[in-house]
Amino acid sequence: MHPAFSVIFLTTLIGTGQGLFLALFTAQSYAAVDFVTIQNPGQFYAYGSVIALLLLIVGLFSSFFHLGHPERAWRSIARWRTSWLSREVIALPAFMFFVFIYGVMHFFGWDPTIITTEQPLQGQMSLYVGIIGTVLCFALFVCTAMIYACLKFLQEWHSPLTVVNYILLGTASGFTLATAYSAVMAPELVTLFGTWATIITLTALVSRSASLIRNARIKHKSTLQTAIGVRHSNIEQKAMGLMGGSFNTREFFHGAKMGIFRSIKWIFLVLVFLVPVVLLATGMRNSSIDVLFTAFAIQYIGLLAERWFFFAQANHPQNLYYQTV
Amino acid sequence: MTQLALVIDLNVCVGCHACVTSCKQWNTSGPAGSMSDDNPYGKDPTGTFFNRVQSFEIGDYPNTELVHFPKSCLHCEEPPCVPVCPTGASYKREEDGIVLVDYDKCIGCKYCSWACPYGARELDEHQKVMKKCTLCVDRIYDESLPEPERKPACVLACPTNARLFGDVHESESEVSVTIRESGGYQLMPEWGTKPANHYLPRRKTKIKIHEDELIRADNPLKKEGLKPKTVVDEATLDDVTSW
Amino acid sequence: MSTPKPIHDPIKQPDSERIEVKNTTCYMCACRCGIRVTLRDGEVRYIQGNPDHPLNKGIICAKGSSGIMKQYSPARLTKPLRRKAGADRGDNEFEEISWDEAFSIMEERMVKLRKTDPKKFAMFTGRDQMQAMTGLFAKQYGTPNYAAHGGFCSVNMAAGMIYTIGGSFWEFGGPDLERSKLFVMIGTAEDHHSNPLKMELSKFKRQGGKFISINPVRTGYSAIADEWIPIKPGTDAALLMALNHEIIKTGLYDRDFLVEYSNSAELINMDENSTEYGMFVRAEVPEEEGCFDPQNKLWWDRATDQAIVARRDIDHDPYLLGEYALKDGTPVKTAFQMLHERLEEYTPEWAENITGIPASTIRRLAHEMGITARDEKIELPIAWTDVWGREHNTVTGNPVSFHAMRGLAAHSNGFHTIRALSILMSLLGTIDRPGGFRHKAPFPRPIPPCAKTPKGPEDVKPETPLNGMPLGWPADPDDLFVDDKGEPVRLDKAFSWEFPLSVHGMMHNAITNAWRGDPYPIDTLLIFMANMAWNSTMNTEQVRNMLNDKDENGEYKIPYLIVCDAFQSEMVAYADLVLPDTTYLERHDVMSMLDRPISEYDGPVDSVRVPVLPPTGECKPFQEVLLELGTRLKLPAFIKEDGTRKFRNYPDFVVNFETEPGSGIGFLSGWRGKGGEKFMKGEPNPNQWEMYEKNNCVFHYELPRSFQYMRNWNKGYLEWAQEHRLTRYAEPINIHIYSEVLQKFRMAAQGKTDGKQPPDHLRKRVETYFDPLPFYYEPLEAQLSDKHKYPLNAITQRPMAMYHSWDSQNAWLRQIHTYNYLYVNPVTANAQGIDDGEWLWVESQWGKVRCICRYSEALEPGTVWTWNAIGKASGAWGLEANANESKQGFLLNHVISEELPAHDAGEHVSNSDPVTGQAGWYDVRVRIYKVGAHEKHVTSPQFDAVNPVPGQPQRKSWLGWFAGGKK
Ligand SMILES: Nc1nc2c(c(=O)[nH]1)N[C@H]1C(S)=C(S)[C@@H](COP(=O)(O)OP(=O)(O)OC[C@H]3O[C@@H](n4cnc5c(=O)[nH]c(N)nc54)[C@H](O)[C@@H]3O)O[C@H]1N2
Ligand SMILES: Nc1nc2c(c(=O)[nH]1)N[C@H]1C(S)=C(S)[C@@H](COP(=O)(O)OP(=O)(O)OC[C@H]3O[C@@H](n4cnc5c(=O)[nH]c(N)nc54)[C@H](O)[C@@H]3O)O[C@H]1N2
Ligand code: SF4
Ligand code: SF4
Ligand code: SF4
Ligand code: SF4
Ligand code: SF4
Ligand SMILES: [Mo]
Repeated sequence: MHPAFSVIFLTTLIGTGQGLFLALFTAQSYAAVDFVTIQNPGQFYAYGSVIALLLLIVGLFSSFFHLGHPERAWRSIARWRTSWLSREVIALPAFMFFVFIYGVMHFFGWDPTIITTEQPLQGQMSLYVGIIGTVLCFALFVCTAMIYACLKFLQEWHSPLTVVNYILLGTASGFTLATAYSAVMAPELVTLFGTWATIITLTALVSRSASLIRNARIKHKSTLQTAIGVRHSNIEQKAMGLMGGSFNTREFFHGAKMGIFRSIKWIFLVLVFLVPVVLLATGMRNSSIDVLFTAFAIQYIGLLAERWFFFAQANHPQNLYYQTV
Repeated sequence: MTQLALVIDLNVCVGCHACVTSCKQWNTSGPAGSMSDDNPYGKDPTGTFFNRVQSFEIGDYPNTELVHFPKSCLHCEEPPCVPVCPTGASYKREEDGIVLVDYDKCIGCKYCSWACPYGARELDEHQKVMKKCTLCVDRIYDESLPEPERKPACVLACPTNARLFGDVHESESEVSVTIRESGGYQLMPEWGTKPANHYLPRRKTKIKIHEDELIRADNPLKKEGLKPKTVVDEATLDDVTSW
Repeated sequence: MSTPKPIHDPIKQPDSERIEVKNTTCYMCACRCGIRVTLRDGEVRYIQGNPDHPLNKGIICAKGSSGIMKQYSPARLTKPLRRKAGADRGDNEFEEISWDEAFSIMEERMVKLRKTDPKKFAMFTGRDQMQAMTGLFAKQYGTPNYAAHGGFCSVNMAAGMIYTIGGSFWEFGGPDLERSKLFVMIGTAEDHHSNPLKMELSKFKRQGGKFISINPVRTGYSAIADEWIPIKPGTDAALLMALNHEIIKTGLYDRDFLVEYSNSAELINMDENSTEYGMFVRAEVPEEEGCFDPQNKLWWDRATDQAIVARRDIDHDPYLLGEYALKDGTPVKTAFQMLHERLEEYTPEWAENITGIPASTIRRLAHEMGITARDEKIELPIAWTDVWGREHNTVTGNPVSFHAMRGLAAHSNGFHTIRALSILMSLLGTIDRPGGFRHKAPFPRPIPPCAKTPKGPEDVKPETPLNGMPLGWPADPDDLFVDDKGEPVRLDKAFSWEFPLSVHGMMHNAITNAWRGDPYPIDTLLIFMANMAWNSTMNTEQVRNMLNDKDENGEYKIPYLIVCDAFQSEMVAYADLVLPDTTYLERHDVMSMLDRPISEYDGPVDSVRVPVLPPTGECKPFQEVLLELGTRLKLPAFIKEDGTRKFRNYPDFVVNFETEPGSGIGFLSGWRGKGGEKFMKGEPNPNQWEMYEKNNCVFHYELPRSFQYMRNWNKGYLEWAQEHRLTRYAEPINIHIYSEVLQKFRMAAQGKTDGKQPPDHLRKRVETYFDPLPFYYEPLEAQLSDKHKYPLNAITQRPMAMYHSWDSQNAWLRQIHTYNYLYVNPVTANAQGIDDGEWLWVESQWGKVRCICRYSEALEPGTVWTWNAIGKASGAWGLEANANESKQGFLLNHVISEELPAHDAGEHVSNSDPVTGQAGWYDVRVRIYKVGAHEKHVTSPQFDAVNPVPGQPQRKSWLGWFAGGKK
């Protein structure tokens, strides 16, 4: 498939935003049961939410570049019963809404206790909002991933690993960002976020590697033989019916040279996993804002490459009809 | 339930592209149009077409076959392109099974094109909406046209009559009978899309010659005395046996 | 059940008031299908095949369906143009002038030339369909220097068959696929009758007929052949001779047919000392000399064992084979005996080595043909009478049919190859019979047809029409158009001893000869509808230089060049004066019985084109230009007695022109007579155009069934044809298995006749190639090439979706063929280390071209090929300078020469068939090799990009064609 930058940015930005929100809420949950104490929780959560929301908004904004008719985007909620894209379009604003509420509540400290428990649970209301946000966050991850995973003939995508990867990679980048963010706003959380960021990144490495291995071994169900219905071992396309290119030759091919394509894989493996893990470890030790932000920046750049590769690697069966590109 | 479709006979298709451009000219000025072209007079001209004819070489010299292969939307009975469309712009008509795009709803997200394994959809780069073969829905129901012309433009154009049009659900229709009798098949059956369009395979005619067909009493060479006359003075059974 | 109503109504019909539908005839190619044009608000919305048209019955091709993009193309010329002072030819620098100026310029020049030496005005026309009018104009002007494209196109096909069976493929006849059981297509990619052929092929296959294609390449039609037989280019004569050999050897020929309808059983004088050597022995001199084959030859009667007059009207039983002696001792042989002897050496094994086709395959082919012809006979219950008065209750057919085209024709051995094919068809008994070959009116013609050119320089006189037709059919050496020394009178050297039977002229040598001044320099060259600075010329790069070449005084060697074209072709750039023609949707045209009509097997058909749109800009139909010029020059056919203009306009000319005053024969054969009650012959009918229009723009006369077959010998038909003035004589047209016409030329070359004699250096050539029986020889260029250095054959073929160079301007069609590859068999490419998709050089002894390699398994390994005329010169055809056509697309013509290497026949002998002058396009020998590591990946040769000319429509950066404006 042709990797569209709008979609690469969309998925990586909202993934990070979602991960950041999950990190914030993790911190609040920990704080709620007194695992950690936060100096300035209101601001921390509020600004954190603002950052998450910004990421989501920029992501959403970038997605509009993918549309031929952004002014009609509202129509895309119509088919939520059948379309994961429609569902994503519903889940994203819903999630954004809750992130917004979450941030606002923290900013204004408006956090009534609804249920009295024996435990000293603070800010119950925001916790419930956070839980709903978390649910929506995961729903959004699933919707986004399922847009790709549900296309059964895009065999590279059609796998639970796609969903797992979207969740883990988004969360990992969110936690790495949270680590850097906390180095500025709440250094006491650096270790918590940093540790989780490392764990999730490493888990993502496992699942992403699993999908790479799986994809390398895929036997494509469609062949030239099934595509044109001729049983012969030696079929060669001689003409595609067009010579100057078409939608079919642009939309479904990455267009990169094989060498570049392969090196992108190694690049993202290094940038998303190796370098950030090392930098996180270094940065955690001395709460270095620079190092931690670098860790995030590199991981994010790596994710752009990862997402490029995710699209580029998917081999659409329609390409069987467009072999002479 | 009606399911209109095309049946394409690869046995007679000569790859002339008449279906390609007749489709373009009918549809570009019709409700499905326009169908834009970029760099029409420059480098790498490219444009929107609902139908393409491709060519495949099969086998090695000298046993090479050349198959011309026209491809447009197959109007799948289980069209994967429809449910994925977030806006409902992609739809399958219940009354005749034609899969269409409602241009006024389409947001141009291209998702449906990803969901079509056949590469049958093309985004119009200027109208920014998804387009594809409409089975000439604007012709086939146009009562101002004489009855025999209420057919898709490509079907009317095709010089070899390689494109048959009709209801594949009606078991006695021309298309159903041909599919049954000439081994009609669907493309990429592995995905369960159940394309309504079918293809008919190549069929070969051979002439079988029996040795004895070369030997005939009325061979004209005999008349010219060129077939050897039998020699009379050599021995025969008559000379050695009596019954 | 129904779907919710969509917002965008997919069925919405525009209001009918904006719509108009008109019938006319397509001219996106020479097939001439009937079309129906739908206009919306006066713009073309849709062009469909006319279902009521006899030729295409509603179907249409890719080109026909893209007429919109031709009509509104940015390559259109819309203004008369004059080359800018100071600009060179080829620069494409023009200024607009008025038509009045254009006419004055032409008038002044042409009047002067006509007063002094009319042959200094030469007029050559390309793929036009109005040779009847252009030929008339040339004749009236008095110049012999006129021809259309036939000479470089397929004259071998026309001449080879017409000199043998009195009809031909091409536009003159074809295979009866409706009834055929076995169809063999040789060397055809697309051809003129393309839509009907596609339609018929499909029906034929569905009826279970077997389709065999013999071609070095498998494309187009061949794709659906049941069997593809790859053959080495230029070797078909070897195959056909071997097939003939095997068919005779196994006795699979139709003896009755040969005896009755050919000269097979007729006796030939074998006395080497006789002036009649090699001629048929004749009983008595016929009472009337005419353009027909008198029935006075002899054959050897079996009953009386003696020579008697070959009379089919009485009981007869002649020998088909044998050598005999006449009473006076003259040795004689039957023609069939001669053929039999000739074929002796042409065994399948011999042919295998030459053609690359296994001997066993050749045998099987011969058997399949012979047995199908013999055992699958068709008997139609159609009673007919033969020309000798015998009644037949049925028409018999041997259902084996053939079609062949330029794969045979475009070789310098094509004439004899096609003779061999005609003989094969005759041996199988398939001429004008059901399931075999069928003629189309006005064919069959006498062998050879009657029209003759003038015979010498004295027939070309100032201010006088030419004394004869500019093109004709020589029957013997005295018919040649040569001077006392045997040198050509025509610029192109047609009808000279170099190319005696060049019946369609030799347009491909016009420019080179004019440039060299050999046989003489000319003054004005008018080119109509031919792209001779590009794809219809051989040796393109040099020819472009010749067009622009000047003498010591700085004068152009070809002093004045007029081009009438509708588009900004490569040729236009070289013009001094450009005349913008209309498109086919903007003008009247006739597909006339005087030219090559669109007749069907069942009878004559002619058709017209009527304008469905007004002319664009100042475009003017070329016919109107000729009428105006003819009037200004006072050419007799175009003026009244008082010297004033005779015809209001072209439609008026078509209606009122008669070949001779009161002849009743004119351009159109339908609805003649005052009220349209007559056809073929009759007084002019003022409402003729309207009547054609009402009838889908065609006139179709269906012959009575009993006149539809065996027309060479069908009394009813021949008398009908005579009565309707299709022919002068109702005499039988017997098949020339043995060609006496050719023998006459050979005898002259041997110095055995009193008539015209060839110059000495051509004697051997004429003697060799004017063999009365077909034979195989290697194409001339191959004979004169270093085949070790240039081991491959290079050929081109027609893409179905493009017509010559016409369609690169077409935004839709050019997306299908944006550029072309050189197709190479992987085995051949690998031997040179060339990968699929890599750039390579293809080089002949004449030049080289850089292009892209594409592997193909559907290709004989000793051959490389490409699509014809896709490559373009930069900036031509309204394209941007960097369009793929000029950067990746290439023209093979750069490696093809219009002349042969110097050899004993001369230094500048045309690269053509030595009999007919047919251009040897497919004879070139090449080698291929990789491009150097640092070479550019751009086609070579490159030419400086030209700019559009004044009046060309704006080139749009994108299109979204919607007739009638946006919704
Ligand atoms: N290498 C190679 N060369 C070949 C051949 C081959 O097989 N191989 N084939 C040869 C053969 S058979 C042929 S017939 C020739 C064809 O060669 P040409 O007869 O030269 O055909 P084109 O160049 O396509 O078209 C001639 C011109 O007609 C113009 N034209 C189109 N429509 C109109 C119109 O309505 N009015 C006027 N006035 N002009 C119009 C076009 O703009 C173009 O400039 O090519 C020959 N050249
Ligand atoms: N679409 C389209 N139709 C056209 C034209 C066009 O340009 N486009 N041009 C028109 C014109 S002017 C003409 S003359 C006709 C020509 O019609 P065709 O004769 O069909 O044209 P070519 O493409 O020259 O076809 C030559 C075929 O002969 C094969 N061939 C070459 N050499 C040999 C040989 O030695 N032996 C055998 N057996 N085969 C050989 C080639 O591979 C090719 O398939 O087409 C007419 N119709
Ligand atoms: S062919 Fe493609 S676009 Fe057409 S119905 Fe099937 S899936 Fe949809
Ligand atoms: S491009 Fe249009 S039709 Fe396709 S999925 Fe998107 S909205 Fe639906
Ligand atoms: S049915 Fe109509 S829209 Fe579809 S390919 Fe044919 S002409 Fe085009
Ligand atoms: S029009 Fe008919 S013969 Fe031509 S490419 Fe299309 S299907 Fe094949
Ligand atoms: S075959 Fe020729 S005349 Fe017929 S529709 Fe096509 S372009 Fe027109
Ligand atoms: Mo031609």
